[in-house]
Amino acid sequence: MKYIPVSNHQSVDLKLIPQLSYSEFRDVNVDLLFEAPERHCVNYFGVELDGELHLFSCIADDNSHEVNVSSTVVNPSVEYHSLTALNHNFENFEREISENFGIKYSDHPWLKPLRYPKNRFDQSSSIANHPFLRASGEELHEVGVGPIHAGIIEPGHFRFIANGEQIMHLEMQFGYQHRGIEDLFLKKRKLIERITLAENIAGDTTVGHTTAFVNLWENLSGFIPDYSLDFSRTVALELERIAIHTGDLAAICADIAYQLGNSVYGRLRTPIVNFMQEWGGNRLAKGLIRAGGINFPFTSELSLRLLEILKAFEAGFNEMSGKFFKLPSALSRMEKTGVIKYDQALEIGTVGNSAKMSGLMRDIRISHPFNLYKTAIQHTPIIKHHGDVYSRVQLRREEIWQSIGYLRTLMKSLPDSTTPPNWQLVPEPDKFIISLVEGWRGEICHCAITDSKGELEIYKIKDPSFHNWMALAQAVRNNDISDFPICNKSFNLSYCGFDL
Amino acid sequence: MLENFKIMWHQGKQYIPDVTTAIVPGIFRGRPVISTVKFDEAELLEICPTKAINATAIGSGDDENHTAQSLVSIDLGKCTFCGECASRFPEKIRFTKDYKISSNDRSRLIIREGDDSPIIMNSELIRKEIHRLFGKSLKLRQVSAGGDNSCEWELNASNNVQFDMSRFGIDFVASPRHADGIVITGPISENMAEPLEICYNAVPDPKIIILAGTDAISGGIFADSPAINRHFLSKYPIDLYVPGNPVHPLTFINGVLDLLRKV
Repeated sequence: MKYIPVSNHQSVDLKLIPQLSYSEFRDVNVDLLFEAPERHCVNYFGVELDGELHLFSCIADDNSHEVNVSSTVVNPSVEYHSLTALNHNFENFEREISENFGIKYSDHPWLKPLRYPKNRFDQSSSIANHPFLRASGEELHEVGVGPIHAGIIEPGHFRFIANGEQIMHLEMQFGYQHRGIEDLFLKKRKLIERITLAENIAGDTTVGHTTAFVNLWENLSGFIPDYSLDFSRTVALELERIAIHTGDLAAICADIAYQLGNSVYGRLRTPIVNFMQEWGGNRLAKGLIRAGGINFPFTSELSLRLLEILKAFEAGFNEMSGKFFKLPSALSRMEKTGVIKYDQALEIGTVGNSAKMSGLMRDIRISHPFNLYKTAIQHTPIIKHHGDVYSRVQLRREEIWQSIGYLRTLMKSLPDSTTPPNWQLVPEPDKFIISLVEGWRGEICHCAITDSKGELEIYKIKDPSFHNWMALAQAVRNNDISDFPICNKSFNLSYCGFDL
Repeated sequence: MLENFKIMWHQGKQYIPDVTTAIVPGIFRGRPVISTVKFDEAELLEICPTKAINATAIGSGDDENHTAQSLVSIDLGKCTFCGECASRFPEKIRFTKDYKISSNDRSRLIIREGDDSPIIMNSELIRKEIHRLFGKSLKLRQVSAGGDNSCEWELNASNNVQFDMSRFGIDFVASPRHADGIVITGPISENMAEPLEICYNAVPDPKIIILAGTDAISGGIFADSPAINRHFLSKYPIDLYVPGNPVHPLTFINGVLDLLRKV
């Protein structure tokens, strides 16, 4: 076997993962992607084990519902052919490997620093001195935006090359948000510390990332969560989806100067996040998701309250959407703006809504189901085909409807509300585990490897934004620079989730 | 047109009439209260992810009347409000729904055992020009420096139709040149240290600094990460600390209003 197929959050013995020569490893992984569009790279990373640099590649197969894992050992002083030269899905991953370990690639088309982490191999590289693509010509000019942006938003730098008002090229530079989270996962040994870290990877995806962590941690420790835990995570994930999608619709209205939509969608988000607070004491669900237990069981009172809130929400949401989605002045800003075609999405390897907007089916809830998505909820992904701002906006509206439906289904089979015991979770030694969760942005992937004592050798986090930022960069090409805000907001990607 | 009016009519009154007395729904974790019940603190200290809980020894054990004991305190500047301590030791720690937990005095964020009084400003530390210059209009530039987008999210919410902070003349502006101060979120990543300082220097004097959220106040869970650089904070005076993870919009609005109020 050239790779080992593993299921979502099922740990495997590290020694069972085939170790190939680099050239074979390269061929196997590139071929896997070329053979079928339902395969995509969910993680590819380097880790030093026993003094050697190992690379692990994880290619998800959405049809077989498994992830094909293979590995190789590389020598940082040797120059290698890149996988990116053959398939762009690997681009950011190889940039990261190169930045962290100093691996040199002879044919990587875009081998630039990725996020300027504290422990980068080349300490002489500096975030203030990023090697941007330059273009010259009398008609071209550059526009630099950030790292600090106009609104209350995270930092990142955008560099446009524009011809008049038209964007020719956009390059994004990240790293400003880098907090060294992956290293802290190793340094901090207490479970509560690690959960707190997971909650802070991206605060707008608290439930998504924390669920990825606890699913991973429980299975790594041989603990099988009961129905009540799966239930609370599934409910929280769908609530988070409704809340953020609604907020995004408000923000998109703001960007096209549609005040009514901005105000109404903005106020509609409040009862959803306030329900999170009624349930777990925090509007963004921090403190809610825990490994091996839950501090705030979902009670029948909460269920009645949620159904009441959803009913009121739905009425307001439908009324506003009935207006907004028929408004010619709004539609003219959204239709055919910021287009990504199917082939582009496939080449970039986008995930979540940034794939489903272009007809590319990428949704972990159906392809690698977890928690209640394989049982109580039979998920059918919503797919759009135009890949424009309007497709992304439509996806949000329809996913909100869908999530409301899922929540109503879940409310019909409430778990026993007694607090489950807080189990002591002890990770097993010499294991590899991958945990995939569909957050509201798309596929979240956490990987861990344990040593012979069960301690973490590596904890690897991948936010969907890691893939999807490139889609935004491509989408704005040939658009007016004034349409950048609405394009950006329609993707709503994470800076801290990327920078870690 | 009629449709628009209908939609507007159906929203009813969304704004919170009095943001100083509003009651938040559910089981919000605001100002904690620590009971004087005695028990082994070691486990309590162990459970906190950010070492926000402390136990200070009082009485040496040599004392005639007392055996060795200690006073438990929680530092809201370090607390992530995860509620783990209150879940495990409800007889010792309980979180109230009191969201007015901001102060300009860092030491007032430390809640001591048996203390159930509101957190207030230290009026002696408020610079005299703040009320005169910013009492009726305060423009703020927000800088996220490693913030996880949760505090940023809540600061945005501070000006939605419900919280409506701009009714008090408090607004977020795009340019530091138009600002009277900055609001920092996040533990201050090393890669943001320089842009933060450049932004602060671009704000005309006199100016204020507000730290919003546990990460900004103490570094939170990232406090001992080598990838953060909090040097900026030791160079300039901090005018307001707003605890929370993330900060609740009402915590932020009340904190700023208390800072601006005439003393």
